[in-house]
Amino acid sequence: MKLTLHIWRQKSPNHIGRMVQYEHANVNPHMSFLEMLDVLNEELIAKGEEPVAFDHDCREGICGSCGFMVNGVAHGPQPATTVCQLHMRHFKDGDVLYLEPWRARAFPVIKDLVVDRSAFDRIITAGGYVSASTGSAQDANNILIPKRDADLAMDAAACIGCGACVAACPNAASALFTGAKISHLSLLPQGQPERFKRALGMVAQVKQELFGSCTNIGECEAVCPKEIKLEVIARMNRDYLKASWTERPEITRGDD
Amino acid sequence: MELKSKTPTGPIEQRWDNHRFNIKLVNPANKRKYSVIIVGSGLAGASASATMAELGYNVKCFCFQDSPRRAHSIAAQGGINAAKNYQNDGDSVYRLFYDTVKGGDFRSRESNVYRLAQISVNIIDQCVAQGVPFAREYGGLLANRSFGGAQVSRTFYARGQTGQQLLLGAYQALLRQVAGGKVQMFPRTEMLDLIVIDGKARGIVARNLITGKIESHLADAVVLGTGGYGNVFYLSTNAKGSNCTAIWRAYKRGAAMANPCYTQIHPTCIPVSGEYQSKLTLMSESLRNDGRIWVPKKKGDTRSPEQIPEDERDYYLERKYPSFGNLVPRDVASRNAKSACDEGRGVGEQGLGVYLDFSDAIKRLGKQSIRERYGNLFDMYERITGDNPYNVPMRIYPAIHYTMGGLWVDYNLMTTIPGLFAVGEANFSDHGANRLGASALMQGLADGYFILPYTIGDYLANTKLEKADASNPAAREAEKGVNEVTRRLLEIRGKRTVTSFHRELGKLVWDDCGMARTEAGLKKALQRVPELRDEFWKNVNVLGGGEELNQALENAGRVADFLEFGELMCLDALQRNESCGGHFREEFQTPEGEALRDDDNYSYVAAWEYGGPGKPPILNKEPLTFEYVHPSQRSYK
Ligand SMILES: Cc1cc2nc3c(=O)[nH]c(=O)nc-3n(C[C@H](O)[C@H](O)[C@H](O)COP(=O)(O)OP(=O)(O)OC[C@H]3O[C@@H](n4cnc5c(N)ncnc54)[C@H](O)[C@@H]3O)c2cc1C
Ligand code: SF4
Ligand code: FES
Repeated sequence: MKLTLHIWRQKSPNHIGRMVQYEHANVNPHMSFLEMLDVLNEELIAKGEEPVAFDHDCREGICGSCGFMVNGVAHGPQPATTVCQLHMRHFKDGDVLYLEPWRARAFPVIKDLVVDRSAFDRIITAGGYVSASTGSAQDANNILIPKRDADLAMDAAACIGCGACVAACPNAASALFTGAKISHLSLLPQGQPERFKRALGMVAQVKQELFGSCTNIGECEAVCPKEIKLEVIARMNRDYLKASWTERPEITRGDD
Repeated sequence: MELKSKTPTGPIEQRWDNHRFNIKLVNPANKRKYSVIIVGSGLAGASASATMAELGYNVKCFCFQDSPRRAHSIAAQGGINAAKNYQNDGDSVYRLFYDTVKGGDFRSRESNVYRLAQISVNIIDQCVAQGVPFAREYGGLLANRSFGGAQVSRTFYARGQTGQQLLLGAYQALLRQVAGGKVQMFPRTEMLDLIVIDGKARGIVARNLITGKIESHLADAVVLGTGGYGNVFYLSTNAKGSNCTAIWRAYKRGAAMANPCYTQIHPTCIPVSGEYQSKLTLMSESLRNDGRIWVPKKKGDTRSPEQIPEDERDYYLERKYPSFGNLVPRDVASRNAKSACDEGRGVGEQGLGVYLDFSDAIKRLGKQSIRERYGNLFDMYERITGDNPYNVPMRIYPAIHYTMGGLWVDYNLMTTIPGLFAVGEANFSDHGANRLGASALMQGLADGYFILPYTIGDYLANTKLEKADASNPAAREAEKGVNEVTRRLLEIRGKRTVTSFHRELGKLVWDDCGMARTEAGLKKALQRVPELRDEFWKNVNVLGGGEELNQALENAGRVADFLEFGELMCLDALQRNESCGGHFREEFQTPEGEALRDDDNYSYVAAWEYGGPGKPPILNKEPLTFEYVHPSQRSYK
């Protein structure tokens, strides 16, 4: 099949980007979207043009590296699917596609379709963990966890940190991502001791990173490749609210 | 080169404890005076970084992805083994040890494997404490399942995303240390050389992948947790970025490379669909619990599967291995699929596939149970192939999956370069010639959480290290070399893309050093690989510059190393005149077509030493002895 692609090309963070049009005649319906771009890139190189840069690694929908907008939709038209798992059989001969990088102030463009998502790591650094140093753990079966809780925690923990939720949100909020991590840990007994401190820390970091605030529009849920549900945002808000009322600054007493 | 394995002696149950007692400790106050570089943030690298930092060391951790959370470990689906015996089905540390030594076809070190089995128990405790959401039973206890090659239920899992959840656990522990200032994280940074000063590993030269800047980083010790080299085959189940650059450059600086010819082939992958294909997707091995594998009895039978009547189907695994049937270990299942296809009985457009059929299971258990057990895998299969496996059998074919070879390490996980350690898939140590399912995750985490953090202390406490910084001549020389390679790659401006070379190399090594090897094939590859390498350095086309994000340049460097590595792999396969595990030399097989080991002559680790530019590598041997599990022919009849 043949496609017309309009792709965002931007040489570096400091250059001005623009859409460039490519006619792509060698598209096989069995290809994945990224394989389609691989073939385009091979052709570009043969012509002496620089290939299109895009992030990817596992190509199995699990590492969260890949992702860009296809005709305005994060990861493209197929629900619950990353762009590396999107296959060309879902498109028609003659389609015109627009590929653009995630758009959000907190995700600056590095090159072409590649953006900087390090803000997500900083959100996790602000408390998205359980402080359990190696070697001090008790026997695993001493912590009983009802199957339902483990399943709900797993639903939230399935987030791959791709950033589609931010890109789809008109406010560029990171609430789905942050809510997913907060929910994962607050649904488990291991997450309880630091539960409220975590919510305060992570939400404060979100504000620093120039993400917008959540106004419950739901675009994030619609594009999330891992079907993370809006309920994680509700859980985050509950924890945050409670924490704002109850948490006291920690007072460290010197050695005595 | 002397290979001192430092393997302790005495009763196997006590070796690790005694060793830990005997090694020298670093006083807690002194730990903060030491700095360690850890390359890799997969299960092995992230867990090592977090634990070293918890102990008080200053850690610099590097990865080439944009975040440590994206390391290839994230893709592991099936599960992680541990000898917990929670199911009360007779499992024990000894049984896990026994299964692993036997499963590795008697080419691993007994002491290492025993330690792995012992530690497996703590790994699960540690991960649960971190909040890894393993599957649970209704009563709140941990759930288990069984995996190919084992007869007990010892595999812990988190849906089909075990690797993801274990990695996120380690990643979160790592970022906790970033928050505490003990780990400095360098994402999008690729190690391109090792800095060796006075014979000791003291740092790395790395390229910032966004700015292109080449920089030296120095420390008191260097750890490589950079994963496996399976992508030498181009098509594999590995992530696209997985590569051998770090271990290869370390090899060229003096670290021995052990058993490079041992690669594991996974039997249940989605077959290749066309020339453009960029990687292969694994379908979990658990499918073999209910799926039946078959091909048509007749050659070149192009009828659709439902038109082929029962008596014209060959359920070859059930026929040849009545007691294990479809659950034979990976190497056996893979080889049999290949021979069915070689006989011309393969299915699908390319004839490179066999059926994995669920129709009997659906009849027996109902569609709903099958959906509950394998629903996400069925969806994944349908998404990729467009076929619905509830109605038509899946088509599967073996693919390269894991590499058992890697840098040679002693019992302390130190390579032959003092101060250079290797953890996880990057080292060779525990799996022998074949790895059983769910044991790579276990090994990566055992190395990172529980072994390296102790053993590295022994090195630091016993070694006098001079101060060194980036102005050291060794660092300068290494930087110069790296800049030189970059410049050369960008100046060739030939006619072929990097990918075209990689694909050609992959096909070559797959055909001649893949699932089956012959002397003639290996000799042919040994001639052809260097020719291809020469052509690469004359005719590759890498556009763009060195001072920017340049994915083609990154890739070119990795493929250049694969073009050298591939040759060593074939050489290793050629010298090993026996078959074992994933290394199947057609000349050496039993009358029934099974791998025929030669324990008298080949019970050793082949540790290759770099001979210098243009010179052949030197083969060193570490003899293997088996005091507890006595070598026997593996039989799954
Ligand atoms: C699809 C799939 C499924 C699997 N399923 C299972 C399973 O169910 N159970 C099981 O036990 N095993 C499984 N395995 C195997 C297992 O996942 C791997 O062996 C294991 O995760 C390897 O971990 P690692 O930490 O050694 O390396 P990796 O996770 O590969 O990490 C390598 C790290 O090194 C970094 N790196 C590499 N080179 C450089 C460089 N030059 N400079 C800087 N950084 C570098 C990377 O950025 C990355 O952070 C599976 C493997 C695959 C491919
Ligand atoms: S919540 Fe969904 S869309 Fe957002 S980062 Fe996680 S997986 Fe991606
Ligand atoms: S490349 Fe890993 S999720 Fe798409």
